[in-house]
Amino acid sequence: MRPTAPLILLAAAVVAAGTLTACGGGSGSDENTVKVAFIKDTNGKVTVRDDYVRLVARQFEKNNPGKKVRLIPVQASENDYYTKIQQMMRSPRTAPDVVYEDTFLVNSDITAGLLRPLDDHLRTWDDWRQFAPAAKTAARAQDGRTYGVPDGTDTRGLWFNKKIFKKAGLPADWRPGNWAEVLDAARTVRRRVPGVIPLNVFTGKGAGEAAVMQGFEMLLYGTGRNQLYDPGSKKWVTGTQGFKDSLRFLDTVYREKLGPDVSDALSPHIQTRVAAELLPEGKLAIDLDGSWLSQQWQKTGGGNPWPAWSATLGQAPFPTQHGAPPGKVSLAGGWTWSVPRKARQPELAWKLIKTFQSKPNALEWCVRGAQIAVRKDVAADPRYRTSVPGIGFFTGLVEVSRYRPALPAYPRVASAIGEAMEAVTSGDSSPDQAAKDYDTTLPSLVDGRTVARP
Amino acid sequence: MTGAVAETAGRARTPGAAPAGRVRTRLLRWSPLAPATVLLLLFLLGPIGYCVVIAFTDTQLTGQASASFVGLANFRHAFGDPAFRNAVVLTLVFTVVSSLLGQNTLGLVLAGLMRRASRPVRSLTGATVICAWVLPEIVAGFVLYTFFARRGTLNALLDLLHLPAQNWLFTLPILAVSFANVWRGTAFSMLIYSAALAGIPQEVTESAEVDGAGGLRRLWHITLPMIRRSIGTNLMLNTLQTLSVFGLIWAMTRGGPGNRSQTLPVFMYDQAFLKSLIGYGTAVALLLLLVGALFAAVYLRLLREEV
Repeated sequence: MRPTAPLILLAAAVVAAGTLTACGGGSGSDENTVKVAFIKDTNGKVTVRDDYVRLVARQFEKNNPGKKVRLIPVQASENDYYTKIQQMMRSPRTAPDVVYEDTFLVNSDITAGLLRPLDDHLRTWDDWRQFAPAAKTAARAQDGRTYGVPDGTDTRGLWFNKKIFKKAGLPADWRPGNWAEVLDAARTVRRRVPGVIPLNVFTGKGAGEAAVMQGFEMLLYGTGRNQLYDPGSKKWVTGTQGFKDSLRFLDTVYREKLGPDVSDALSPHIQTRVAAELLPEGKLAIDLDGSWLSQQWQKTGGGNPWPAWSATLGQAPFPTQHGAPPGKVSLAGGWTWSVPRKARQPELAWKLIKTFQSKPNALEWCVRGAQIAVRKDVAADPRYRTSVPGIGFFTGLVEVSRYRPALPAYPRVASAIGEAMEAVTSGDSSPDQAAKDYDTTLPSLVDGRTVARP
Repeated sequence: MTGAVAETAGRARTPGAAPAGRVRTRLLRWSPLAPATVLLLLFLLGPIGYCVVIAFTDTQLTGQASASFVGLANFRHAFGDPAFRNAVVLTLVFTVVSSLLGQNTLGLVLAGLMRRASRPVRSLTGATVICAWVLPEIVAGFVLYTFFARRGTLNALLDLLHLPAQNWLFTLPILAVSFANVWRGTAFSMLIYSAALAGIPQEVTESAEVDGAGGLRRLWHITLPMIRRSIGTNLMLNTLQTLSVFGLIWAMTRGGPGNRSQTLPVFMYDQAFLKSLIGYGTAVALLLLLVGALFAAVYLRLLREEV
């Protein structure tokens, strides 16, 4: 046999082995390195989370000589971020050791077996007692075990521009009592202050979960109890009047041109535009949005410092549909630090999570990130209480805040809600038709566990 | 068939070194191809086979502990899903408008015109068209997004001409992305047709001209039949490329507004990665493969027929 054939085979094997291992090699397998994956803002100038993570990483490296933290910032829209980390967590070669998870997704990832329970660690961690009881359940699965440590929560309400309100003759201490009063204020702005967008409600597929949570569910949860999911029968609800009314509210906003131009509202960049452009430039009068909104206007936010915001913007709770008690609605969410099942360095990962949630670091994050504190000692800290104007307002909403049904099927249901919103906003469907389409799709998304509630 | 069997049998009966040597020679002749074959099986056939398997399961990206085989359920679901049917129709519109009519015809026209043009004009046109082709898909997507957007270049131009501005990406999204694909992909057709036209012997055209054939008649009876094979090749490559366009549409419209520019690749991404239904998304991908194969079969027939 001529020697060329085995040589070629050998060469091929070497090349193949080289390329295959190159995919997963590098510093990832180093036992002194802990990899942490988190979301980076789509607006590259906003570095509030990056800065904070880097700060904690440096502190961790200093306290644990010889250990290294490798940061994996994922710059993506929220939906793309989830996809990316899910794919990373599926293989031990790419799984990070610590991952930043939205509480709405954490249960799907637990069911999929992508995360590790942390109960053994939590039992021996004194600081865990400082966490508010509701926060402790944020990443608790149906199996009763806890899979993540929350770093804060958030609430939602109406932000309004007091200068525009003054021009429109609306009060500076505006407190709408029901949906009609919100729409009336928007109509007044449109009439008296031309050139300004009266009201922004996130909608459609582009804004993803932001549209579903800040937009749709803020409406739906104000129409009555259990309009989305019935915890008694453990079934998803179809056919409610509340669902149709919520879509009708959106339809009114966009049909009467009270909201941003429809093509802007449906663009995936709308969230960034509202925060970076429309509000600071005084082009938007009322915004239904989250408590964290002011984080990027602060000096530590990195991008668009806007010191005047606290004098310019006021906050009001979002009312229930007809003003039914308690009169206001808010949803709570938040993110947790978790350890993937396939993490290579779970022990180091836990150490890093403890560093993230030490009291000083948790306080630092709540102040920088305009987060609502989940640790009692942070919530009581004077630096937190005076950190951001309005923090008292949003912390006060925690008591009326409701959580989304954190079930594995929820992300798919949310996606279907986003489609219904998009169909109504773009004018492709009437609210009734879009609600009907949602009802038709729902059973296939939740394995038939639905109940009709006309 | 029988002859071959008899021959092999006969050969096997003959003892001696010669047949063994021949087998060895044949093996040796194959050996340089072996690494390529192994790599091909591993990296090309492997994933395709994996896809086929996944398409018959209810695998999810997350929210599920283990997957199970569901037979044809994914395919049945697809055909009963109005969103899927909508995506098929849009895919056909996108392919016919941007590939068959747009890139293909425009490429031929450009190639024809460039043959007559002076050298500087030819180089300039060629360079411009190829620039659009060289741009990465996602960059082209953003460039054309800014062109068609509500406050974009196109509306600024219309405004200059005192024509009413249109919200292109909102009112005519599928045409906007089709145009974008024409803009991006015409260079390829142009290059293929330039080469094909250069291959037509000058004397054929000249003698037709002497016989009194006009321009249109020459095109129809001489030029087109003579470059028939190039047309077939070009159509096939163009169509297959267009069927799989994703980044361009994703950057410009994300399949929206509503589902009005959601072609099959975008629909597939939406199902597989945004809704986590990997199994269903893969089934849709297989159906897309089938559509591509159908187009390819038609063109291959076109190629086989002799003039």
